[in-house]
Amino acid sequence: MIETKGLRKTFISKGRGGNKKVEAVRGIDLTVRRGEIFGFLGPNGAGKSTTQKMLSTLLCPTGGEAKVLGYDLAEQQEQIRQNVGCVSQAGGADLSSTGIENLVLMAQLYGVDALTAKKYASEFVERLQMSSFIERPAQSYSGGQKRRLDIALGMIHHPQLLLLDEPTAGLDPQSRAYLWGEIKKLKADGVTIFLTTQYMDEADKLCDTIAIIDNGNIVVTGTPEELKSSVGGDTIVFSFQSEETARKAETFLTEKVQGARIQTKDNTVRLTIKDGEKMMPELLRSLDAQNLEAQSVMLSRPSLDDVFLKYTGRSLREDERK
Amino acid sequence: MKILHDTRLMFIRNMQHTLRSPVFVFVSMFQPLMYLILFMPLLNGLGGVPGLPAGKTVDVFIPGLLVLQALFGTAFVGFSLIDDIRTGVIERFLVTPVNRSAILLGRVLRDAIILLFQCILITLVAIPFGLSINIYGFLLSLLLYALIGITMASLSYGFALIYKIEDPLAPTLNTIALPVSLLSGIILPLALAPVWLQDISKINPFSYAVYATRALFAGSFSSIDIAEGFVVIGVLAILVFLWGLNSLKKMAS
Repeated sequence: MIETKGLRKTFISKGRGGNKKVEAVRGIDLTVRRGEIFGFLGPNGAGKSTTQKMLSTLLCPTGGEAKVLGYDLAEQQEQIRQNVGCVSQAGGADLSSTGIENLVLMAQLYGVDALTAKKYASEFVERLQMSSFIERPAQSYSGGQKRRLDIALGMIHHPQLLLLDEPTAGLDPQSRAYLWGEIKKLKADGVTIFLTTQYMDEADKLCDTIAIIDNGNIVVTGTPEELKSSVGGDTIVFSFQSEETARKAETFLTEKVQGARIQTKDNTVRLTIKDGEKMMPELLRSLDAQNLEAQSVMLSRPSLDDVFLKYTGRSLREDERK
Repeated sequence: MKILHDTRLMFIRNMQHTLRSPVFVFVSMFQPLMYLILFMPLLNGLGGVPGLPAGKTVDVFIPGLLVLQALFGTAFVGFSLIDDIRTGVIERFLVTPVNRSAILLGRVLRDAIILLFQCILITLVAIPFGLSINIYGFLLSLLLYALIGITMASLSYGFALIYKIEDPLAPTLNTIALPVSLLSGIILPLALAPVWLQDISKINPFSYAVYATRALFAGSFSSIDIAEGFVVIGVLAILVFLWGLNSLKKMAS
């Protein structure tokens, strides 16, 4: 649905001491497949929004090429605009107009007549449960309500591809959960979604494929599972009754599980292993068979935070703190 | 045609915005009304000097006053566009296949219609002050005011699209609108001016508009001033609109 090769954007920023080149996006290759939610994950200023703006024809790329829905980004902008839905970070609802006025005008801008526009609008009012506030001016909406309107505005012409720029930034947990549900429903309806986000949990919960972008470059691409297991697998922590048992268990596990990293401290044994979830029951059974009964066992899975740390050398949360 | 369809949508949207707070349509008429009530009486005493025939000062003053309204009444419409840029409304329009010209046309046409409404009101108010007009000339002059309004509104939107913030917009537009209004003989006729000032005024397109509308109000349809005014302002309106459109398209660079 989207295919880019060496897509690049350089801004010239005029400042004191002459013009400075800012390389916002430094030549990215990405492939978004039909029907998936593609997560574009990175900290503020990584180049996420710039990429999204290029794909939605709002910004002209400095270099490289891209096909969106098979249309050439440089040559077939009209077709891309007609067939892609786009929700920017700012949203872009006209705040002094009502939600319904916004929706009807937006549908008409895509070329449908007034009657069809009204039909489309009421379809989304129902689908996103907006009837209680849609007749009020948009400036009176809560953050979550406004976001729902923004998404409806992006979807009003029923595009096959939706570009969502940080859909849940700054929202309360309930509104985020609600929007996640709606985004999943869109996917179930067959819409392909290109989603930028700076939230690990969002990318993890929603996305089929994630590309991590840092400083204008894609540093790694994969499914959330692939990325997480590339960090080195899950950690299983067994605790035993005594230090002695723990040491015996260590010896046993070292033999049983080839290639795992094992550390013993006091009465606990930490085992780092791929597919820890699947291995755990069997390990417990064989420990039992050796009369090495574990008193408690804990499985911790690597997070996308660990992935980000591994590939960029920084924690995403550090960036947020700055 | 797509451009007409889209322009109509944009015009309606912008007109709805204006009509939501109609009081501002009247507030921006305050300046010309003040000139009419507090300044025009001074001119009566000057009647008989070059360019101001005795007893006809009102007939000379009002067409120019409406040019002043066309210049300053539409000069600051760019502020509303900055608001739309900031809230992302313009970007949201730009991701649709909407005709790019229509985004600006819908706005400048709204501005022109509001201006014409104001011009008619000011003219009606001036009638008790002794204004006598040729009705056909007046109707034709409305077209010229609309073209001036389109020129100034396009200029204002062009700068709004370049700056994207409010602070430099008003000083820039004042810097342009004030000299061109002084150099078009609006307040006092240029016939009173020294030769060098008259020479400069000849390169000011809006002075042609003032001569043209004075001729129209007087019903002197054979005057060459009328054709000159329409050609100069018509060409200017097209050029400035295209420049504004270019600023809109440059947002994507």
